[in-house]
Amino acid sequence: MTEDLDTIIEAGCALLRIPVDPAWLPAIRQNLDVTLRLAATVDAFPLPDETDPAPVFRA
Amino acid sequence: MTALSRIEATLARIAERNPELNAFTTVTAGRARVKAVALDASRAAGRAPLPLEGMPFAVKNLIDVEGLPTLAGSLINRSRPPATRDAILVRRLEAAGAILVGTLNMGEYAYDFTGENVHDGPSRNPHDTTRMTGGSSGGSGSAVGGDLVPLALGSDTNGSIRVPSSFCGIFGLKPTFGRLSRAGSFPFVASFDHLGPFARNVGDLAAAYDAMQGPDEDDPFCAGHPVEPVSGDLPTGVTGLRVATLGGYFRQGATDQALAAADAVASALGASRQVELPEAARARAAAYVITATESAALHLDRLRTRPADFDPAVRDRLIAGALIPAPLVVRAQKFRRRYRDAVLRLFQDVDLLLAPCTPCAAPLLGQTELDLGGEKVPLRPNIGIYTQPISFIGLPVVAVPLMLAGATLPIGVQIIAPPWREDLALRAAWWLEKDGAVRAV
Repeated sequence: MTEDLDTIIEAGCALLRIPVDPAWLPAIRQNLDVTLRLAATVDAFPLPDETDPAPVFRA
Repeated sequence: MTALSRIEATLARIAERNPELNAFTTVTAGRARVKAVALDASRAAGRAPLPLEGMPFAVKNLIDVEGLPTLAGSLINRSRPPATRDAILVRRLEAAGAILVGTLNMGEYAYDFTGENVHDGPSRNPHDTTRMTGGSSGGSGSAVGGDLVPLALGSDTNGSIRVPSSFCGIFGLKPTFGRLSRAGSFPFVASFDHLGPFARNVGDLAAAYDAMQGPDEDDPFCAGHPVEPVSGDLPTGVTGLRVATLGGYFRQGATDQALAAADAVASALGASRQVELPEAARARAAAYVITATESAALHLDRLRTRPADFDPAVRDRLIAGALIPAPLVVRAQKFRRRYRDAVLRLFQDVDLLLAPCTPCAAPLLGQTELDLGGEKVPLRPNIGIYTQPISFIGLPVVAVPLMLAGATLPIGVQIIAPPWREDLALRAAWWLEKDGAVRAV
């Protein structure tokens, strides 16, 4: 899992042009792990196609 | 007492105690004196008193004050040009007679529940200066809790008014999302940011809230709701109000003190029912994901150009947030609509809900872990477990402070109302204060 997260960090930060000092990796990895786990619990909630997002835009 | 003499006394109190509390980052003494002299002159000329006549107040330093760079607790923002005018809420409070005396310390870019700041130093809890104020409106909590000023403004995205209210033993109001204009403030998470007041009594809290209400074309998120003054309605009382305590998720992981505080408020309000918010844990998770990703987007250019100038704890969370796949964020916003609808159905049978503000009283400065129900968890993200599921859908909340018998630190309880019913929560808070069940510490 660490290698997977590091792959995401390396590729994602390159794509977004965010410079990362290798010393920051453990903390970024830990935060990414927590956020992805929480995102997975949200992802598991069944959402009918007709569900609107909460924010509503008005022209 | 003239406004000038009140301001001089306030400035003296700040000079005496701020070196220890570190609540203020800037004291606007000259501006305050000019304003006080002008107020006194117009009163002497026969003007009727204003609702907040001569009341000193201070604002979290993410709120624009003319002539100051809006720091938002950061090093990076020190190079911003000074604000060209006060934020609208500052202008409205001053129009009501209040007098700005300075700006207040906060957690960097509001991504914080502790009140600690690596650039400006931590704001300190006035009841035990070895302990945190809570954040991110840490300076606001310390300034009002330490009686430096009777009124302060802060912001609340996931708990940043309610947490310092709890730890510092004061009243705080997080209004309905979109009630108060955010124009002239540095953002954090557009989906969740609220601005609101702290005070040492419910009357002042309500008076400040009334003065700040109203539409504002400069804030597209300000709902344009009509002004609904509450101050005159406070003594209406709580007879007939249906009040319930939140159980389930909101009873898990809390210290005995946090639960006892919620139970004490419930007992005082005659509330014996307990209800559960469906999917509260998932709501907290979704709030976390949206916070992580929206804040990353906001700071993306700064992460690219000045990553080393952030608080490392903030930077590394922001970088992680930038890497979350977009579909997961969209799903979080869709879940938010479903959760909102389910919670509003609950409010068909209840007028007010009660929950702890925080799982515990103020931790020590520098503490990194919390003991929640025997399990050690990271402190920073878990302080807000009870506040996040509520602000996630923008419900109005009054945080009320208690000092339980035998306790050495205060703790707060959330009084949660349906959208646009700040009046109900404030009426309950006023009644509790009059009854002696809650009080600023």
